[in-house]
Amino acid sequence: MENKKRYERPVVIKQYSGFMNKFGSRPVLNPVTTIDGIEVDELAERFGSPLFVISEKAIRSNQRKANRIFKTRYPKVQFAWSYKTNYLNAVCAVFHQEGSWAEVVSRFEYDKAKKLGVKGENIIFNGPDKSRDDLTVAINDGAKIHIDHFDELYELIDLTSQLNKKANVAIRVNMDTGTYPKWDRFGFNFENGEAWQALKRIIAATNLNLVGLHTHIGTYMMQADSYKTAAIKMAQLAAGLKRENGILLDYIDMGGGLPSNNTLIGQYLPAEQILPTLEEFADAISEGLMTLNFQPDEMPLLILESGRALIDDTSKLISTVIAVKRLSDGRRALIVDAGVNLLFTRFWYKHKINPAQDSGVMTEDTAIYGPLCMNIDCLAESLVMPVLKKGDKLIIDYVGAYNMTQWMQFIHMRPNVVMILEDGTVELIRKAEDLDYVQMPEVLPEKFKSLPV
Amino acid sequence: MKNFTIPQNVAVSDSGFLFLASTGETFNLNEQGTLIYKMLQNGLNNEEIVNQITAEYEISSDLFQKDLDDFLHSLKTFGLVKEL
Repeated sequence: MENKKRYERPVVIKQYSGFMNKFGSRPVLNPVTTIDGIEVDELAERFGSPLFVISEKAIRSNQRKANRIFKTRYPKVQFAWSYKTNYLNAVCAVFHQEGSWAEVVSRFEYDKAKKLGVKGENIIFNGPDKSRDDLTVAINDGAKIHIDHFDELYELIDLTSQLNKKANVAIRVNMDTGTYPKWDRFGFNFENGEAWQALKRIIAATNLNLVGLHTHIGTYMMQADSYKTAAIKMAQLAAGLKRENGILLDYIDMGGGLPSNNTLIGQYLPAEQILPTLEEFADAISEGLMTLNFQPDEMPLLILESGRALIDDTSKLISTVIAVKRLSDGRRALIVDAGVNLLFTRFWYKHKINPAQDSGVMTEDTAIYGPLCMNIDCLAESLVMPVLKKGDKLIIDYVGAYNMTQWMQFIHMRPNVVMILEDGTVELIRKAEDLDYVQMPEVLPEKFKSLPV
Repeated sequence: MKNFTIPQNVAVSDSGFLFLASTGETFNLNEQGTLIYKMLQNGLNNEEIVNQITAEYEISSDLFQKDLDDFLHSLKTFGLVKEL
């Protein structure tokens, strides 16, 4: 057996002329055989497939790079880790060790941050849904409450007077930054004066301590200029507060929305070629804030809640080919063991998918489907892939943002998640689900417990 | 046992470039595909192809038969082989 040659499935491909676009098509031939120096096969053998693999080194490197880029442009910068992007405890802990605060949008996320040891004053509580009980906890902890609407504002006025405590608050401001779609469903509008109205109401309230302003202009923003527009408008509000009320804000929170290197569906060129760099976004934000013209010691802290730009490229999903099929039109199709229930971002992105083993030079136009018995479970409609066989592995790249929070137990259960630590050890950070875990919250009424079949 | 016939006007290079002169169509074969196509040209039947490939390459006869059926189906679709 050992003297036999390596086998590759026989393939014939018809050549078409006259159909190529001017950019050609990029064959996916570069195998990704290791992640942070660990063999993909070894990881799959130890922890199974599919498997999410997160790199501690990459997270720290991304955060340090972002710190460096922003801190060399603006004097006071603080990052707050966006929990909803990836709230696995190990991931949040790495960001907190790197000095990030917590940015949460629900009580569940709030409690997660507290349990990890984040101090109340370092938790930013965003979002449109905060119950009276949630707000009570946040007030008692001294968390920064970012008010989304007038109902919340009046609830806070009532609550703080009942508790006889002060709340640290900011308002979320929405505005026209020249992008489409306009994000006006969160917070108070800048252009129509609603934001000013809310600020005045806060100033008039004895128990509300106005500490900052917050905005979040969109998601996967592709124009750095939009951030400059937003920063200028925030600076105008901050300057107005100083001029008219003598209030110096502790901070301006510019939110997140910075893109990762994933390419959007419908985007022609790869993301790397068309997106502004992090430096350009940092330039735009700091230039906008510098229009404040305050004394250096009066400048507010700049808070950033960047999520996907810091985590997306730190994680990969290992998947195994279950079957190789041919579609009715002759195209190749692969069925792999990772479906859209694990890869929610597949609905927005054309994910980068690479083989995890060396293969021949022949390529095929290939569709990649997940294991779910559902037509929506398609990971790629057409990729130029090498000739793969059952058991071969694929690496789906840039999966760190939103997948490990928006994934769902659907048809299949969620798999193991591991983190490769800086010293090269591999730690299981979330166990694969089993039937007992999934059924734990279910209650079967007594009369259904004995079935005749 | 299946036997196959190959059109007269097909030229295959060693590197796997296949030209069907009757229609002017061109195809590419990978290494395994080239080898098998040449076996078909030399008149080998299904069993002989399976025996030769599994003796030489790291593949079981069951798995190879599945790939061979799929390959032959593609060849038939393109008019590069006919089943007798």
